[in-house]
Amino acid sequence: MSVEIQSLDPRVNRLGLHTHEPGSPDTLPPHDHWGTYQVFHQKKRGDRHTAVGIVHAPGPELAMAYAKEQFGRRGETANLWVVDTRHVMALDYIDQDMFATTPEKTYRDPGGYKVNDKIDAYREKMSHEHTP
Amino acid sequence: MYGGGYIPKEETRKTVVNDDPDMLAAFEARVARGEKVEPRDWMPTEYRRQLIRMIEQHAHSEIIGALPEGTWITRAPGFRRKLALMAKVQDEVGHAQLLYSAAETLGKPREAMINDLINGKSKYSNVFNYPAKTWADVAVIGFLIDAAAIVNQVANSKGSYGPYCRALERICYEESFHLKQGHSVFVYLATGTPLQRSMLQDALNRWWKPIMHFFGPSDEMSEHTLTLMRWKVKMATNDDMRQQFLSLYVPKIQELGLSLPDAELRKDADSGKWLFGDPDWAEFFAVIRGNGPCNAERLAVRKAAEVNGAWVRKALQQADARYVTPLA
Ligand SMILES: [Fe+2]
Ligand SMILES: [Fe+2]
Repeated sequence: MSVEIQSLDPRVNRLGLHTHEPGSPDTLPPHDHWGTYQVFHQKKRGDRHTAVGIVHAPGPELAMAYAKEQFGRRGETANLWVVDTRHVMALDYIDQDMFATTPEKTYRDPGGYKVNDKIDAYREKMSHEHTP
Repeated sequence: MYGGGYIPKEETRKTVVNDDPDMLAAFEARVARGEKVEPRDWMPTEYRRQLIRMIEQHAHSEIIGALPEGTWITRAPGFRRKLALMAKVQDEVGHAQLLYSAAETLGKPREAMINDLINGKSKYSNVFNYPAKTWADVAVIGFLIDAAAIVNQVANSKGSYGPYCRALERICYEESFHLKQGHSVFVYLATGTPLQRSMLQDALNRWWKPIMHFFGPSDEMSEHTLTLMRWKVKMATNDDMRQQFLSLYVPKIQELGLSLPDAELRKDADSGKWLFGDPDWAEFFAVIRGNGPCNAERLAVRKAAEVNGAWVRKALQQADARYVTPLA
């Protein structure tokens, strides 16, 4: 048995909705809400694009329309990218250890080349040799 | 809005899965170090299951929470108030989308979550089963319910699951706008004509009970609760969040000379804790079971939106499209 819903909202009343009938579940089929797109947002010209989240969309054009609503509706936006999630190849975190020793590779960094000690010692030594 | 600290108990508990003890120890050490857990990391079965429930119910609360206030967009008093309310309601629907995607990263597709919502299997925050009768209700919801949601969401944003924390960071920023605009409506009515003031007092009287219910009854300090706190799924007890809310907001209500419909409500000078009368937990559980004033309407409206939109989604469907779990 279902009863027509009387709402405080006139729009709801115009829909002529009825109470939920138990035992008759409505089910969205799989993929009804389409696939997903990863959204990249650039705040200002010159900034990098940053991954900000996803939208569900049937294709890139509508993904962009949703991305504008969801990630560009306040604050500054210079540009947006949307990428089909299927086209992103990502590493697994379990492989994170392949980068474990990278911070130790100081021979790749400017900070790995400190010579001031040598210069000071040399100047010290020279000053002794040249003063009688 | 609207995590609501309270996640209803499950009617049937699933069988306990025994996870690999070494993996579990490594996972717990990671969480204890304050590192975030990311979607494709190993995680305990129960951690994944509880997070899906919690984030999904949070998402449902946002999308259903848009309904009581959405009612008032067409009747908002003045252009600026209408713009503000439209922006807020759009934010709430946006919050639902952000949260559904965080839950999707754990492996449950959005269609499955919506199905569970419209078929009554999955819950949402109980406050949205109450009606917004007057414009003053919009003030009380925007100011106080969003304030309560902020207490909950700020706590959860320090949790362990990366995608949920990132969604909440964005959400909390928008919630502060909701609270400010709600407070503005609240103050205008409180300092307005006698009729406006009495309309606000009436709304406050009607909403106080659902507000006290918002964080749920005191937690049972079970092994299960303690595990969820250790895993940084549950970040604060329901009582602590309620106390924090009362400390922050009761003074802001009282400074406007408004009263609250609980003669026992006061701050105990010795313990620094708020004392209050019985908030009627029987009503709370009755509403959760589906017997609140608006449960049927909320689900029927949500269901109509899905069913009426189905042909549009189908028409736009592209043959080669395929769903994969989003990355983050
Ligand atoms: Fe929200
Ligand atoms: Fe909100």
